[in-house]
Amino acid sequence: MKQQRPATIANGRLVTPDGLREGTLRLVDGMIDAIDAPAQDVDEIIDANGALVAPGLVDLGVFAIDKPAFHFGGITRAALMPDQSPPLDLPSRVSYIAKSGKPDFWVHPLAAATRGLDGCEIAELGLMREAGARGVATGRRWIADSGVMLRLLQYAAMLDLVVVAHAEDAALVGSAVATAGEIATRRGLPSAPVQAEALALARDIALAEMARARIHFRQVTTRAGLALVREAKARGVQVTCGVTPAHFMLSDLATVDFRTFARLSPPLRSEEDREAVREAIGDGTIDVIASGHDPRGPEDKRLPFSDAEPGMAGAETLLAMTLSLVRDDVIDLPRAFDLVARRPAEILGVPAGVLKPGLEADIAIIDPERPWVIQSAKMEASAGNTPFDGQPTQGRVTRLFKGGVAIKR
Amino acid sequence: MTSTQNPPHAARYPAGALAFPHRDLIGIGQLERHEILFLLDEAEQWVTLNRQATKRENVLSGLTVINAFFENSTRTLLSFEIAGKRLGADVVNMHAAQSSVKKGETLIDTAITLNAMRADAIVIRHGSSGATQLIADKVDCPVLNAGDGQHEHPTQALLDALALRHALRARGEAGDDFTGMVIVICGDILHSRVARSNLLCLQALGARVRLCAPPALMPAGIEAMSAEVYHDFDAALDGADVAMMLRLQTERMSGQFIPSAREYHHLYGLTKTRLERAAPDALVMHPGPMNRGVEIDSDVADMIDRSIITRQVEMGVAIRMAALDVLTRRARGVEGWGDAA
Repeated sequence: MKQQRPATIANGRLVTPDGLREGTLRLVDGMIDAIDAPAQDVDEIIDANGALVAPGLVDLGVFAIDKPAFHFGGITRAALMPDQSPPLDLPSRVSYIAKSGKPDFWVHPLAAATRGLDGCEIAELGLMREAGARGVATGRRWIADSGVMLRLLQYAAMLDLVVVAHAEDAALVGSAVATAGEIATRRGLPSAPVQAEALALARDIALAEMARARIHFRQVTTRAGLALVREAKARGVQVTCGVTPAHFMLSDLATVDFRTFARLSPPLRSEEDREAVREAIGDGTIDVIASGHDPRGPEDKRLPFSDAEPGMAGAETLLAMTLSLVRDDVIDLPRAFDLVARRPAEILGVPAGVLKPGLEADIAIIDPERPWVIQSAKMEASAGNTPFDGQPTQGRVTRLFKGGVAIKR
Repeated sequence: MTSTQNPPHAARYPAGALAFPHRDLIGIGQLERHEILFLLDEAEQWVTLNRQATKRENVLSGLTVINAFFENSTRTLLSFEIAGKRLGADVVNMHAAQSSVKKGETLIDTAITLNAMRADAIVIRHGSSGATQLIADKVDCPVLNAGDGQHEHPTQALLDALALRHALRARGEAGDDFTGMVIVICGDILHSRVARSNLLCLQALGARVRLCAPPALMPAGIEAMSAEVYHDFDAALDGADVAMMLRLQTERMSGQFIPSAREYHHLYGLTKTRLERAAPDALVMHPGPMNRGVEIDSDVADMIDRSIITRQVEMGVAIRMAALDVLTRRARGVEGWGDAA
């Protein structure tokens, strides 16, 4: 559906990279037409009632297309991980997926770096780029073979595609489901040393630097890992990184009762690492907060902890959890939307994520204070596997527009 | 609770169900010191009964106990089965070796099925940590953990404590607990639920616990559980009152964790010579089954005055009888333990 009639959003507080400002936003033909232009007679007037008017969220690295959950969370675009069944390792699959969300949701496929995501043979990245891939991803796992990883980075650099990587040394991790430490030991959970992340990061940063490639670590969750990213950025390496709210809200204490909704990959870390993640969000080392949306039903989650699949349904809680960082004075509001919209769009190279004339009119009207309780049983997502079940929070999307068209929610 | 010489049972514990207010026995971690002592004291009557010619007391008559073992076991299963039968329960064994049970909903479905069959107690062994709790959350009857992954094996720790107490009493040394004693647990600590349960139980009863293993078999952060960590077995044994040896699982000897059984025995095997480093009358324990010549030499395992390995097996039945008796009291309407269901 196309936008039929021009619209002006009035009485809103616009979230721009430079700060909050009162103003109007005019949407014409599915695009942002102007900021602060006077509304015309033909316009539909949308009264924001003093709420935030923000860009639709761009979610970098999700595992499922789950529109009701994304729309609830104010997400208008998502980069889909190639870990699908079958994996996104062929141009035909990429092209099918690229169209799958339209018109009210845009999916930006991430091409599988290697065939079958097996970490051995590089997939047809050039053809997949033409089919709509906005990046290349190694999937849920690390590519253990350094030679393959180097060639992949060189090839992706040639195609100007970002490589989205998973940073956990595979040999150290093995079948671990927890971070080595007191909690894992008390609970008898197979665990891997926290250094598995920094080890993988150190190698991949060195290879990316060598290949002059752009690399994005979807999740960096440890103090040592974040220090490596900070240092590499200072050196001029084209490295960016992200995290999901689980790793700045929770630590491995959340796993003491074997709750499988807290079984994540990478696993939850110590309180000290959680603090380090919050610091890194504050100082700009972390570029992106993503949902990692991975809805999993009882067949994957109602199991003993180490037999359960990792992953959380995060789309609905991404915004509220990110806004909690604003309330905690870790970041300010414009920076919050850098993390969930502007930076992920930049990394993917898609024109979105900011309120700027000429871009698609993907707009979220947000009441940042509105209180609500996260309830696993009442979620829009196809499964309610949230580690935040029962937690009161604040901040809700009240209206959402994709390409200037209001989304019924 | 200070140790007085065998005070009357009733005076030592809160009345009725307050003495043991748990529906299930999942782990030592959930138990208070006095609850551990209560189970040990309750087991004494069954030790006595088991030494008689007629070993039957039909307190569980008419009740159904299901032993659901998702992981192979001979000794523990047999011990639970004998315990249930000596108490007069109908005991049913369900062998569901994990390979044959499909994952997915099946574990929960199995739990619901057992529940629907109106079991009065379910004993679970499973290869994944936390599995017993998962099942306990889905059923209406008491659940006893017979070992879940690398998490806990509470009846093993309780029987070890009971065996040790008996051995000490036989020497005229014992109080109620193990205050002041130094106990070494040596072997594959990383993969051992027995080590975790014993660490918690022995510490609750006042002992100092030294854990000894090569670094690859020692879990990270175990110091936080107040264990003293050793890699040198000779140093760990120095002056110790008890050496508890754990079974080395042969699959760990593929070069991944330790180079060979021979080398393991050289560094960590309990030999007669090595035992001399411990206290002069130190006791030797092993949860079984033993790999003779690997973690323990035969001449140590068979020392009549020092090894209490067969006594551990004996106490196993008594402890499991105590656990089954205590946990089913509510359903049986025993006075002070709540109404019959």
